[in-house]
Amino acid sequence: MTTVTALRRRAGKLNWLGGLAGWFWLAIVIIPIYWIVITSLKSQSVYFVTNPFAPPTNPTLDAYRLVIESNFIRYFVNSVIVTIGAVVPAVAVSFMAAFAIVRGRGRFLKSVNSLFLMGLAIPLQATIIPVYLIIIRLHLYDTLLALILPSIAFAIPLSVLVLSNFVRDVPNELFESMRLDGCSEWQTLWRLALPLTRPALVTVTIYNALGIWNGFLLPLILTQSPDLRVLPLALWTFQGQYSINAPAVLASVVLTTLPILALYVVGRRQLLSGLTAGFSK
Amino acid sequence: MAAPALLFFTAFGVIPLLGVLVLSFTAWDGIGAIRPAGFDSWRAVFTDPGLPHSLWVTFLVMSLSWLVQTPLSILLGVFLAGAERYRALLSVLYFLPLLLSSAAIAITYKALLDPNFGLGAGLGLPFLSQDWLGRPNLALGVVIFVVSWQFIPFHSLIYQGAVRQIPTSMYEAAQIDGAGRIRQFFSITLPQLKNTIVTSSTLMVVGSLTFFDLIYILTAGGPGDATNVLALDMYKKGFQAGLMGPASGIAVILVLVGLAIALLLRRIGGGDDTASQLEGA
Repeated sequence: MTTVTALRRRAGKLNWLGGLAGWFWLAIVIIPIYWIVITSLKSQSVYFVTNPFAPPTNPTLDAYRLVIESNFIRYFVNSVIVTIGAVVPAVAVSFMAAFAIVRGRGRFLKSVNSLFLMGLAIPLQATIIPVYLIIIRLHLYDTLLALILPSIAFAIPLSVLVLSNFVRDVPNELFESMRLDGCSEWQTLWRLALPLTRPALVTVTIYNALGIWNGFLLPLILTQSPDLRVLPLALWTFQGQYSINAPAVLASVVLTTLPILALYVVGRRQLLSGLTAGFSK
Repeated sequence: MAAPALLFFTAFGVIPLLGVLVLSFTAWDGIGAIRPAGFDSWRAVFTDPGLPHSLWVTFLVMSLSWLVQTPLSILLGVFLAGAERYRALLSVLYFLPLLLSSAAIAITYKALLDPNFGLGAGLGLPFLSQDWLGRPNLALGVVIFVVSWQFIPFHSLIYQGAVRQIPTSMYEAAQIDGAGRIRQFFSITLPQLKNTIVTSSTLMVVGSLTFFDLIYILTAGGPGDATNVLALDMYKKGFQAGLMGPASGIAVILVLVGLAIALLLRRIGGGDDTASQLEGA
């Protein structure tokens, strides 16, 4: 016991380098974010004449109004459709695959698993040209479905990896007893594996939602109509249009991030613990 | 049960991967018919004086961002793994940059670093009002800084999780042997993190091959071609110049570089042992 407290005290006293780095990095992270928020509340004329780090004396929502009037709602809805439309099937098929890989014994499933693992080592964006070709041939170019289908595929390798790590942790005796009760594989998946891996499912869902919500390359290449823009693409065109109106540009940054921030606030604990567990095993 | 995942991944992962190789032996402008062209595209790729430069810039971005991110992430991860409660709060704040899309981050830094209206001009500090994105070396430095800003949080979380899994008994033993804190870090923490370093480095390096959106919006490869990484070169050749053949050639190079580095890192991490580690990535 004394050694432990001694260790603690020692650690607390001597880890000044880590502490310094910790607070230093916090400043690096927070300052730009603080600047985004306060600037988005300034009016354009005020922005040019005041200290950029001083909070606005007369906060205004003009910038937000301008963004919302620029068809923001439409882009928001597009992003929601693409994100939900891709994440739900991606997590579902990945979970089934993870279950099959952990439970299965065959050679075939082993190679399926290696295939997914290979997907992790390959920059999938490098396959964008054939994806573009396939989407054209399927007559899906310039539709939201064109964004959804490749997003599902790109999300699979990491999702299967993290989920199979967690399914593997389910004690074998539980699977055995399910089998003795005469449950089918589907029932086992649904009633045993699903509840026990729920934290991992939440992690994988948020992680994928984050990636798809923020995706830029697929929308840039696979859509062209202004009406089908998703938020990151809209941000970019908006910045092109209003590049000198920094408050408006930053208000659009805030608005596109708010939904994901809400998701993060709700699922934070599970996301952080799931990610650290999933990656550092 | 693995079938749906396999189907999606084959359709939009494996087939495009093979497809990109096939397309590199064709001539296609992205709209019209695809014609076989033998080695024409490859000849164009290898005789393009821009290729060695793009490879060099890609290598610079990859290695410098690794060099900046890895030591800081380990340091922060070790620090965050400490028991004090405020450190948990810190990890919540650290995560914030991960919620922003690359598009949003690029747009923010573009406004923040604007020599006329940004940070430096507002604060009246000549040092900060340099033309950050207008000078080749500065622009490259900015790219690496912004990449680190975006991804260090994620990697420090991975290290945090890994540090927490190191048994305290090891530290107690070292303590009894009279090892100081720095000695403990180098003889216990760092060796114990070996596999995590491999995992995190793989993600960093393969990820750095696909920094497309960030660089595209921040600098568009410029000034001149100072930040023209391979992924950007591929996009410009394929989707702006209509040379899908050579662009596919570049994509093949990207895939090979990614695979080679992933395999190399696995070898460094200790051969077969890390095969299972990558599964636990």
